[in-house]
Amino acid sequence: MDFVLNFPFFSIMICMLAALSTFMLGRRAAAVVAKLALLITLVLSVILTVYLHGTGESFVYMMGHFPAPWGNEIRAGELEGVMAIFTCVIALLSLIAGKYSIRTEIDDTKQNLYYLITCLMEASLLALIYTNDIFTGYVFIEINTIAGCGLIMIRNTGRSIAAAIRYMVVSLVGSGLFLIGTTLLYSITGHLLMQNINESVAALAADGSYSVTLTIITALMTVGLAIKSGLFPFHLWIPDAYAISVTPSSAMLSGMVSKGYIFLLIKLIYRVIGFDVYSSTGVFDLIFIAGIIAMIMGSVAAIRSGYLRRMTAYSSVSQIGYIFMGIGIANSAGAVAAIFHIITHGLTKSLLFIAASSFTGRKEDIRVSDLKGLGHKYPVSAATFTAAALSIIGFPLFAGFIAKMLLANASFDCGWRMYAAIGAIAVSTILNVVYFFKCIINLYAFGGFEEEKKDTEGSTAEETADESVKATACVDNEDRPTKYENALHGICAAVLAIINLYIGLAPGLLSDIITKGLNVF
Amino acid sequence: MADFNPKEKKILYRAFRITAAILIVMLAAALIFCMFDLPGLFSPDHPGENIVAERYIESGIEETGAVNFVAGMILDYRAFDTFGESNVLFAATICVMVLLLVQDQSKSRVRRKRSKKNGTVNSDQTTVSESQTSFEQLPESKAYYEDLRDEREIEPRLIKNDVILKTIAKFAVPFILMFGVYVILNGHLSPGGGFSGGAIVGSGFILASVAFGFDKMERFLNRKSAGIITFVSLLVYCLAKSYSFFTGANHLESGIPLGTPGAILSSGLILILNICVGFVVACTMYSFFSLMRRGKI
Repeated sequence: MDFVLNFPFFSIMICMLAALSTFMLGRRAAAVVAKLALLITLVLSVILTVYLHGTGESFVYMMGHFPAPWGNEIRAGELEGVMAIFTCVIALLSLIAGKYSIRTEIDDTKQNLYYLITCLMEASLLALIYTNDIFTGYVFIEINTIAGCGLIMIRNTGRSIAAAIRYMVVSLVGSGLFLIGTTLLYSITGHLLMQNINESVAALAADGSYSVTLTIITALMTVGLAIKSGLFPFHLWIPDAYAISVTPSSAMLSGMVSKGYIFLLIKLIYRVIGFDVYSSTGVFDLIFIAGIIAMIMGSVAAIRSGYLRRMTAYSSVSQIGYIFMGIGIANSAGAVAAIFHIITHGLTKSLLFIAASSFTGRKEDIRVSDLKGLGHKYPVSAATFTAAALSIIGFPLFAGFIAKMLLANASFDCGWRMYAAIGAIAVSTILNVVYFFKCIINLYAFGGFEEEKKDTEGSTAEETADESVKATACVDNEDRPTKYENALHGICAAVLAIINLYIGLAPGLLSDIITKGLNVF
Repeated sequence: MADFNPKEKKILYRAFRITAAILIVMLAAALIFCMFDLPGLFSPDHPGENIVAERYIESGIEETGAVNFVAGMILDYRAFDTFGESNVLFAATICVMVLLLVQDQSKSRVRRKRSKKNGTVNSDQTTVSESQTSFEQLPESKAYYEDLRDEREIEPRLIKNDVILKTIAKFAVPFILMFGVYVILNGHLSPGGGFSGGAIVGSGFILASVAFGFDKMERFLNRKSAGIITFVSLLVYCLAKSYSFFTGANHLESGIPLGTPGAILSSGLILILNICVGFVVACTMYSFFSLMRRGKI
């Protein structure tokens, strides 16, 4: 066995070990350890993906001394490798770019816990991506949920705790439904390993026995995962959770956490229940319709919200709708488009949150109308924000355009689905333009920023005599981002924007890997 | 969010309730239908009676060395899942700490700034509360209590412990702890194991802290020692299992003796893992209680 094949296991364990050691470290050492672990994981995932792209095959890896139906195992192919790279990139860049946010928003004594939660989150996401056993999937869903709560409430204000509680309640309902589905599936198949379940389910479907139960199981598990990833009727936890948490949390939650569940859903469709059985249950129509409604309603809510980060969060709802619509098209091209959009949207949305953090500063959120002129004050953030917004809109040259084109292409020859999908993409794109162009125009407008500057100058000139004000000014100075932090923030945003542009200009490699990976899935 | 007048609100609430009730009834009906459709639990053709269960029962003892099949299953055959489960506990502890840990105000920059904004700077407060050791010395001024950000800081000291509770705890706690240790150590021989034994030990700690106060518990189980115990246990678990996974996947001999089934020193790693899990669970239980009671471990 090649040594490279150990890498999925190594990356999970490295993240776990990093999580454990940050528990005992101070905040600076914890930051270094967490970033180092994520970097090592990233390198390992890249090597693994290159290797698997060369061989074009997938493999299973025994976790322990006992082979699959008895012991646990994990499985990796190109697709899993790409997803692992994607989660590592987002986690690493969010942590680095959010250095200032973490320093000022989180209590000093709890900062190492933040890095710990991030590492646990990354480990559980990797396990969700690589798992080949549905119960292992459930266990790591639990870690993911709990870590997600931690990411939201680390800010420790009343509103963030309320958002975390809402997230926890909704998310636990999702886990519960998934668990019920898993137990029922075990009762009728007697297996937990994905491959064995798939074979038994195919046999049961051929017999015609348990057909209603199978439909109920499929619906329960799909709805459970849809709740956890925030599909339309279950999206109400999203705006609070994304808009109130600290910047790296928002970037990670929107970029990779909800996407992990969607990837598990795709695994469920293709590897557990089986595509044919799944499409015979009619759940695809449910997903498709929910996705279409989400695309429209999410955009409408984003237009109405009026606050920058809240708007971005609602935009996430609509983009998750795109992904579910892609799955709901019910062919392999649709699944490829959906996975492509998982990656592009993850990269884009985390970039939006990271760029927005320089406009909001230490405030929780900012009105879109208050953005006036900030583009001249923060040129890098404004440029990357504009790039990300254009990508979400689907402007050519950017990755979002390719994703939307793949989605539209996949829906051809699908009867009523074609009209619905293309119509919804058109309407949703126009709505996206409405709310993102409002931001971009405001960012580059003249006038607002100068007035504000005059105001602050005037007020400080008046009060310089007061000593206490001097003291607070000193503290405020300490709380401004240092040059180093600003540079890191800019570099991370630029890297994300460049990746986005690269995928937009040369989408061949990524879509090729996804198509091939899905074939050996 | 749109504003509604009270009448509209009432209608909306009613509609919401009715929809929720309909959904729940539908879910319940679907699940009840499934229940009747499922194969009977003890029928010989139950799908669960397959090669997987067969091997667990027939060769479980010789392959894992554990007389208790369940311990062999969760800690050897499916150890990765159990590793995940113990990390669920770890994650839960961390999240409770994030939520409930009371900050030392002198150390925390963020907190200090916030209180400055509110106009209440209480610099001498931490020194006062540190000097408090017993119930009698509490200052009686009302302002002192209002200054405390968190009532959990003061509350545990206000309770005068009951004599009956103290006396019973004095007898019960040693037996509870001993029973918990027994369940942990015999996890591979009899029903029980790290999770259940750890819960027993943890409840013993909780009873002791309720009866004798946190100050006495802190002598051996404080934030530092609980942290070290959790860290070391999980680290040992992680490294031991990593070794076992790595050797297993690469088809190497692990070189861990299984011993004779039934002896206390048998079943390879299972005993060590049970002890680790027991430590983690006991510390988790106690720290949950302590964090909720007074905001620190």
